[in-house]
Amino acid sequence: MTVSKDRITVEGLTGDAAIAHALRQADLDVLSAYPITPQTIIVEDYQKFAADGQVKAKVIPVESEHSAMSACVGASAVGARVATASASAGLALMWEILYCAASMRMPIVFTVANRALSAPINIHNDHSDGMGMRDSGFIQLYCQSSQEAYDTTLMAFKLAEHHDVLLPVMVGIDGFIVSHNVERVEMLPDDEVSKFVGVREPVQPLDPDNPITMGPLALTDYYFEFKEQQDKAIQNVPRVYKEVEDEFEKLTGRKYGMFETYKTEDADIIIIAMSSMGGTAKVVADALRERGDKVGVIRLKMFRPFPTKDIAKAVGKAKAVAVFEKAMSFGAATHPLALEVRTALYEAEQRPMIADFVVGLGGRDVPPITFVEGVDKTKEYLKKGEAPLYETLGVRK
Amino acid sequence: MSEKYNEIPMAGNIIEPGNSLKYKTGGWRAERPIHTDETCLWVKNGTCGRCWIFCPDNAVVLTEKDGKHAYAYNLEYCKGCGICANECPTQSIHMESESK
Amino acid sequence: MATDNKPAVSIKDMIKKDRILNSGHRMCAGCAAPVVIKLMGMALRGPTIVCNNTGCLEVATTIYPYTAWNLPWIHVAFENAAAVASGIIEATKVMHAKGHFEHEHVDVIALGGDGASFDIGFGAISGAMERGHDMVYMCYDNGAYQNTGIQRSGATFMGQETTTSWAGSVIPGKLERKKPIAEIIAAHKIPYVATVEPSNYRDFITKFRKALEVEGPAFIHAFSPCPRGWRSATGESISLSKLAVETGLHPLYEVINGEEWIMSSASKNLKELKPVDEYFKTQGQFKHLFKPEWADFRKRIQEQVDHDWELLKKRCGVE
Repeated sequence: MTVSKDRITVEGLTGDAAIAHALRQADLDVLSAYPITPQTIIVEDYQKFAADGQVKAKVIPVESEHSAMSACVGASAVGARVATASASAGLALMWEILYCAASMRMPIVFTVANRALSAPINIHNDHSDGMGMRDSGFIQLYCQSSQEAYDTTLMAFKLAEHHDVLLPVMVGIDGFIVSHNVERVEMLPDDEVSKFVGVREPVQPLDPDNPITMGPLALTDYYFEFKEQQDKAIQNVPRVYKEVEDEFEKLTGRKYGMFETYKTEDADIIIIAMSSMGGTAKVVADALRERGDKVGVIRLKMFRPFPTKDIAKAVGKAKAVAVFEKAMSFGAATHPLALEVRTALYEAEQRPMIADFVVGLGGRDVPPITFVEGVDKTKEYLKKGEAPLYETLGVRK
Repeated sequence: MSEKYNEIPMAGNIIEPGNSLKYKTGGWRAERPIHTDETCLWVKNGTCGRCWIFCPDNAVVLTEKDGKHAYAYNLEYCKGCGICANECPTQSIHMESESK
Repeated sequence: MATDNKPAVSIKDMIKKDRILNSGHRMCAGCAAPVVIKLMGMALRGPTIVCNNTGCLEVATTIYPYTAWNLPWIHVAFENAAAVASGIIEATKVMHAKGHFEHEHVDVIALGGDGASFDIGFGAISGAMERGHDMVYMCYDNGAYQNTGIQRSGATFMGQETTTSWAGSVIPGKLERKKPIAEIIAAHKIPYVATVEPSNYRDFITKFRKALEVEGPAFIHAFSPCPRGWRSATGESISLSKLAVETGLHPLYEVINGEEWIMSSASKNLKELKPVDEYFKTQGQFKHLFKPEWADFRKRIQEQVDHDWELLKKRCGVE
């Protein structure tokens, strides 16, 4: 039974504000964060909820993002439900502790308004920050809308705290494009969220009555075994994520999957993109189909763990995949998303051609025409029988 | 050290407090402390205890039973640093080479 | 943990107090840090959680699969114990209020060496002190990054030779003065700051207990000799610590609310300071200072120590 409409609150919210509401309802114990554009609204709004007594959590306004994640680890270690938020340089400053949080198996929810990394300093959206942390051990879920940000933040706690997972989750929204854009958001009543997220049941917390040692030195004889544990835990994520989403769907009627497919069944060319680019790509697919090009879209939500087999299945018999991504892995064979996609498709019976388009760095607009350009290029490459490993689109050259 | 990854607690958590007792550091010792009861203030009247207080390895064992004070070393852990000998106000402890 | 709430300062009470750090740890022979921790244990009063920065103490007491700790203990990174402690303190309070954590109050202690405290983790400490979390942060100061192989830190004395402040033919070891960490933390106007060292153990335990008892943050600067790094005799660690007080290199005092300066009796009762030379000659790391070409430099160090000592006496109202 989905929650009845009269109990749903509908508001126009920015992505940041929607996340702040989700955090308000998730009954955090601690939120520890440091301001950085374009994430700051999350923390500001949450602080306001705290100032008005709407949350029972303690907000720790730390002196740096490094300490933000560190305080989250400490709080999580005693069994608390914790969250933080950051972006770009702030996320980069956290980098060391991101690995600690994941390796120490702390189910922290980390909301990120994805933003370009310096230099030059730039406040606008791309995925350099999220891609930079992709090997940290965090689960990564990238959202397309304020509604999805709200929904995903709530689901993130259940996913992170599940005993088969116990890993931190990054919930990403595109800086400014989603973080500051007002959209219609449906919010669940508080009691339904409480029931859904429940109370965290910590495994092996720091406890004066049961003194354990956390974070020891493990050398050549044991370190690898803990990495094996961590790997097994992140492989459990797709199963648990599905369970969590099924439960969420029962409440709301909404679900997203690890990725969303749009007109892929009969597609010759499939666009793969993440976050807000997904919406543009769908519009482009419709337009190109009117022109006679069979184009479909996969809008990837879960980047970590990467849904390798499912992506291969979804691509099916398409002739080409056009990856559009907002990050560069300087000097790599291709860029992060395309690296994953290529690996996913390597074993495919009919391996499609893969084109990798780096777009939108530093918030450079990615209008429909950029997708059209990419698709047209992909068509040419199909004719030619080969494509470059990657290229940039939308840059003056 | 033969445990598989799924046979040990997660994340390196050590769930048995103080289990370093299983790791004996006495083998590090080049010199061992030799103690004489006669002049020792702990043995005499249950005071002082500087050797106990300043031993970094809890290798000095002071016990009290029925008003009697006994002195011993736990050589399984004593690293032979000589702090006890140096801090003894009555020179009741001296260090002797282990190779002697 | 101990249900006995009193600090143990007599030997008979001390041997009965619960041991917080077991034997079998792998700190070097003669290292004073385990003694510092033992004395800290004598001051404890109830449920306690320890957050340890990366460093000798952290590494050598928790080599998997063994831990020497009998307290709940967490290490995350080199520079963040104060931030980790901030999270623990606030989480336990909130969780207790919600009925999800048994203890109404837990004493949270953050530990770090001088590298973690004077240098890399300084920002995290300053932030935690400013935010007022009810923690005790203790820096055990052995004068260099001993864990990574004796590199200079902000705590290294002027003239001290380390592997990044070599005594060469033109440079006599570290040229810069030691960062006055206790003064800097006291300037945060937190309830309690104290300097301690193990030889004056009653003073140590009493001060640590005060640090636990004040509401809000407290900072303890503990001097902790390192025979390996200092090239000193392993048996002399405690006597060297005493000598550091007597020469004015590590004076003992308390600062209440950043304003009331109290010189501790071990320092106050000194008629005059012993010359720093007496301290320097006990350790290989200062032996170059006795070459004729560094006589003036050594004199400058003495003048600096004398100057600091007079300033401290004035602050503490000691004639």
